[in-house]
Amino acid sequence: MAEFKEVSADAPVSRKVTVWFENRFPTAFAEYKKHMSEYYAPKNFNTWYFYGSLALVVLVMQIVTGIFLTMHYKPDASVAFASVEYIMRDVPWGWLVRYMHSTGASAFFIVVYLHMYRGLIYGSYRKPRELVWIFGCAIFLCLMGEAFFGYLLPWGQMSYWGAQVIVNLFAAVPFVGEDLALLIRGDYVVGDATLNRFFAFHVIAIPLVLIGLVVAHLLALHDVGSNNPDGVEIKAKKDPKTGIPLDGIPFHPYYTVHDIMGVAVFLFLFSAVVFFAPELGGYFLEFNNFIPADPLKTPAHIAPVWYFTPYYSMLRATTDPMVNVFVVIVGLGTLATLLKGGLSAAGKVATVVAALAIVFLLKTFDAKFWGVVVMGAAVLILFVLPWLDRSPVKSIRYRPGWHKYVYGLFVIDFFVLGYLGILPPTDARTLVAQVGTLYYFAFFVLMPWWSQIGEFKAVPERVTFQPH
Amino acid sequence: MKKIILWLLLSLSASIPAHAASDGIAWDRFPTERLNDLAALQHGAKLFSNYCLNCHAAAYMRFNRMRDIGLNEEQIKKNLIFSGGKVGDTMTVALDVNDGKDWFGAAPPDLTVIARSRADASKGSGADYLYTYLRTYYVDDTKATGWNNMVFPSVAMPHVLWELQGSQRPVFAEQADPHDPAKKVQVFKGFEQVSPGTMTPAQYNEAVADLVAYLQWMGEPVQAQRVRLGVWVLIFLGIFTVIAWRLNAAFWKDIK
Repeated sequence: MAEFKEVSADAPVSRKVTVWFENRFPTAFAEYKKHMSEYYAPKNFNTWYFYGSLALVVLVMQIVTGIFLTMHYKPDASVAFASVEYIMRDVPWGWLVRYMHSTGASAFFIVVYLHMYRGLIYGSYRKPRELVWIFGCAIFLCLMGEAFFGYLLPWGQMSYWGAQVIVNLFAAVPFVGEDLALLIRGDYVVGDATLNRFFAFHVIAIPLVLIGLVVAHLLALHDVGSNNPDGVEIKAKKDPKTGIPLDGIPFHPYYTVHDIMGVAVFLFLFSAVVFFAPELGGYFLEFNNFIPADPLKTPAHIAPVWYFTPYYSMLRATTDPMVNVFVVIVGLGTLATLLKGGLSAAGKVATVVAALAIVFLLKTFDAKFWGVVVMGAAVLILFVLPWLDRSPVKSIRYRPGWHKYVYGLFVIDFFVLGYLGILPPTDARTLVAQVGTLYYFAFFVLMPWWSQIGEFKAVPERVTFQPH
Repeated sequence: MKKIILWLLLSLSASIPAHAASDGIAWDRFPTERLNDLAALQHGAKLFSNYCLNCHAAAYMRFNRMRDIGLNEEQIKKNLIFSGGKVGDTMTVALDVNDGKDWFGAAPPDLTVIARSRADASKGSGADYLYTYLRTYYVDDTKATGWNNMVFPSVAMPHVLWELQGSQRPVFAEQADPHDPAKKVQVFKGFEQVSPGTMTPAQYNEAVADLVAYLQWMGEPVQAQRVRLGVWVLIFLGIFTVIAWRLNAAFWKDIK
């Protein structure tokens, strides 16, 4: 009690209340300083830097709308579809909560993809922020799982058959596949058992993990400080007296008020969709999902929701001919490693043995299994990005001009793969998807090589900032 | 960097055409203005209850929601509920799903959200589909029901509104196959009336438009309110955005 802060008797009530809390919960005040009023962020954030706070806003919105949906939704195969229509019609404002949640799911992916792309172009994943990036990749994985589990809940035709297709992919895993699929489904076919456990995953398991990961993501970021569009470390130039980075400004009030502006624009676009086009042409709420799930009637065309289509494209592109292309690539990679790797004799032998083993596995297991591996690898390769990028500069601003085209092509590739994933496959489309898949992986796998070549520009000592 | 982003967006917008055209005839456009016509919606409700609501259920729709289209509970109970039951009940029917499957070959689907489920990005909205479907039945002796449909070939449902429309026959014209000029294909050109119904074709089109308007409304009764509210929400958010922008500018004035 001796360490208690004193407050004079004639101080205003608000001051007395503040001091009462500060004496009993000093952590709250210390953390507020550390993460808000005395967290110094670079002053040159641009539009790409809105998406982190927007992702947090969408997460909170999904949780709150989710809570209200859970009050009325029934996770039972015989009444699930009916309970969603009950929410749409009979629950006061239920329609608004439902549309906010369905639009929020798509908005979440738009915001997160843009947030990740910011990391990609400004080198936000580079030392010392590798762990921030890894937590982020884990959040992305959880988000994909959350969306997948949530999509089954309305129990429409697309819900049911989409789940059926994806769970069957897990059955393609050698040796453990069938048991794994049984464990995921809770039954031999997608049914009521599946719905119940997906409900538990979607409402409790993954949201808890997500919240934990988001906290870790933000704490790890605040420990090392934020990056900026110039890739300059602002902590390198501090004021000698105060120790505050010269290019840093306190997060509160500057970025809190800045992010409010971002939230306003986001809510405007979000509301435009919710109130005027909640289905968004069948991309946000698929038409087929207004038909109750029928295990006996397969839809003519099963496609995942738009945010999974790039990866779905890669899965479908992995055909038997494509696996042969992988064999060739493994061969070429082995040659390159043997010639340029600078390995010892033992290392070279090990490389050849590993290559032969991989080729053997590629030809033994089904292309369907390798499709699942490719789809998984496309997400997992993001985790190792900090170690693939060997560029001497962090930000795309100071890289050789042609690097911008490599990134631009990557974006186009991602969109093209996504678009192909919506359409039924044809031979021509599969070929395009295969080329797209190869470019996607080449972008990452060859990055240690291409990220170093070219004329890099001089990185400034201080951030570039236009006062406004 | 900005130039590259703009160039990307432009090339993307140029490369996203509609989906490749699917097979089947093109759908006629449903006159969407009819959704604002309460008299049309009420007429549609009457047609629905009389003709559809015996095989098809609308199990997620309550009778008393029709207050939103200008009917009071008295009118609903007297004119639209034939099987007894309260005005707050959902529009269920006595036909068992399994019986429906036995008798027709396919169970008659629930119609509550049928207008939302039948949309096709390359062909039109669900209302377009239903409007075309209900007007393209024709006599076909090879089918169990004696009827076939241009939009849904070999459909198990008979032409319930045959008394109103009468019966018609499709007219085909021979044309060169676009894929193989040496061959010929039959292209659907239109219908010709075989025997008249109680309505003229124009009257029948009007009646079907009313019915489809009702089905569209039933799929999402809150739609009109949602759009009206949306206008106010966007106005508010527009003003809020401007205020937030100026507030941000005021705070950032001191940052050099």
